[in-house]
Amino acid sequence: MARAAKVLLNVPAIRKDFPILLRKVRDKPIVYLDSAATSQKPKQVIEAESDFYTRYNANVHRAIYELGEEATREYEGAREKVAGFLHAKAPSEIVFTKSTTESINLVAYGWGIKGKLKEGDEIVGTVMEHHSNHVPWHFVRDYKGIVLKHVGVTDDGRLKMEEYEDLITKRTKVVTVAQVSNVLGTINPVREIAKRAHEVGAICVVDAAQSVPHMPVDVQALDCDFLAFSGHKMLGPTGIGVLYGKQGVLEEMEPLLGGGEMIREVHLGHASWNDVPYKFEGGTPNIAGAIGLGAAVDYLTKLRMDAVRAHEMELTAYALEQVHRLKGVHPLGVEDVSGRGGVLSFTMDHAHPHDIASILDVEGICIRSGHHCAQPLMERFNLPATARASFYVYNDVDDVDRLIQGLRKVMEVFA
Amino acid sequence: MSATYAMYQEQILDHYKNPRNKGTLRDATLRARESNPLCGDEIALYLVVDGKDRISDVRFDGEGCAISQASASMLTEMIKGKTLAQARAVREEDILKAVGIPLSAVRTKCAILSLHVLGLALTSPKES
Repeated sequence: MARAAKVLLNVPAIRKDFPILLRKVRDKPIVYLDSAATSQKPKQVIEAESDFYTRYNANVHRAIYELGEEATREYEGAREKVAGFLHAKAPSEIVFTKSTTESINLVAYGWGIKGKLKEGDEIVGTVMEHHSNHVPWHFVRDYKGIVLKHVGVTDDGRLKMEEYEDLITKRTKVVTVAQVSNVLGTINPVREIAKRAHEVGAICVVDAAQSVPHMPVDVQALDCDFLAFSGHKMLGPTGIGVLYGKQGVLEEMEPLLGGGEMIREVHLGHASWNDVPYKFEGGTPNIAGAIGLGAAVDYLTKLRMDAVRAHEMELTAYALEQVHRLKGVHPLGVEDVSGRGGVLSFTMDHAHPHDIASILDVEGICIRSGHHCAQPLMERFNLPATARASFYVYNDVDDVDRLIQGLRKVMEVFA
Repeated sequence: MSATYAMYQEQILDHYKNPRNKGTLRDATLRARESNPLCGDEIALYLVVDGKDRISDVRFDGEGCAISQASASMLTEMIKGKTLAQARAVREEDILKAVGIPLSAVRTKCAILSLHVLGLALTSPKES
């Protein structure tokens, strides 16, 4: 059977859209390998934000005049774009927040603390979560007397799926998991996990901060109840995030912020809530941010998410192959790139991750070092820190080669 | 070779690879331990103080990046044989001067972790 023609990205053309990549750092062309922390922004996104402030800045939803209508149209247009991008049933299932963190906190508070959870109920997370998918559940546990449980991680960085058998019980009300680990890059079987959650009547909450920017995500196919991600990791602005929720669970959930926009009627002593999703968007939202995110969604859609994914698989495979040739460099995570995203964490003999990052910095190479806001996972692997390179649409093999050259310098210094 | 490599190869690297006064002291009069959660650097200091308030012996123990471990090694050399008052007088600038090259804000925290631990040790309850 003939193999399907590979969809690839035209990286040189893409790079021209990113003004920051023209910059030199320490007199060297910039090699940006920290997109898992935040991505760079194409001029299309920067211009969309600037266009809002330059041409039609007004508050959304209640203005009678033309500017306000334009602002509302673009803001709601962004919501429609995000809904389409995720294959949600309707734009009303998209709540704008400021970040993945806020999205998960909104669920923990509105569905957990203020919602129907009661003492003795159980929440099942995993050891590989980002802090933003640990700490909000600590709040719920402490406030409501919930029992928190965590699925472990194998030595090669996969979830111990068999542990769900014992951990999910009749008392389980929430099962939460990262779709892609921000440290290991592991792609977790969310669809299967959601299915197991639903078997006992629990909801499935997905941290998609590292997946939505990098691969096709279809919320209906995953059948998750909530899914959270940030705009800034997917070419969009900072300060805008998304909480997807199934219409039904959003309607059950209580709001976090009380104030303007989120109400239907307010009296001196009480109020009733606006419809979903507006009841979760109290206060003037980040209008420019949402519009910028809409532009980012347009940009990624044009590239095609399957092409983005294929590109990152290719780069990750190449990087893994190159890193394996370096003696004393130890990558974490699964070897098979079909099961991992474009994240490459590693340690080096004799060189601490911070020292690795400092030396690479001199070469104009931006990587991250530290615990990556995943201390429980670091403890699991008995590591104080790792170095992490992460890839996106504007990276190519030259960036990987520069990284490898940089790592050779680190080895020289610390040999 | 740029300044950073030079730094790594000379001062810092020497202290990192051949740390002075590394280890623990069972009979320490003062001790403290602290970590930098950002990167997992960890430093413990053990001081033996004699009857004249002089630091007659010092050891550091720890794990972490070259900057944190080397600056701890340097600090032990700076305070060994000194009085508690002299040890208290050691300032951030003294450590950064010993390190010898400009550091970013994040790396500065690595460099002064051991000084922070010294501060804790000097205010810790004395052990007999």
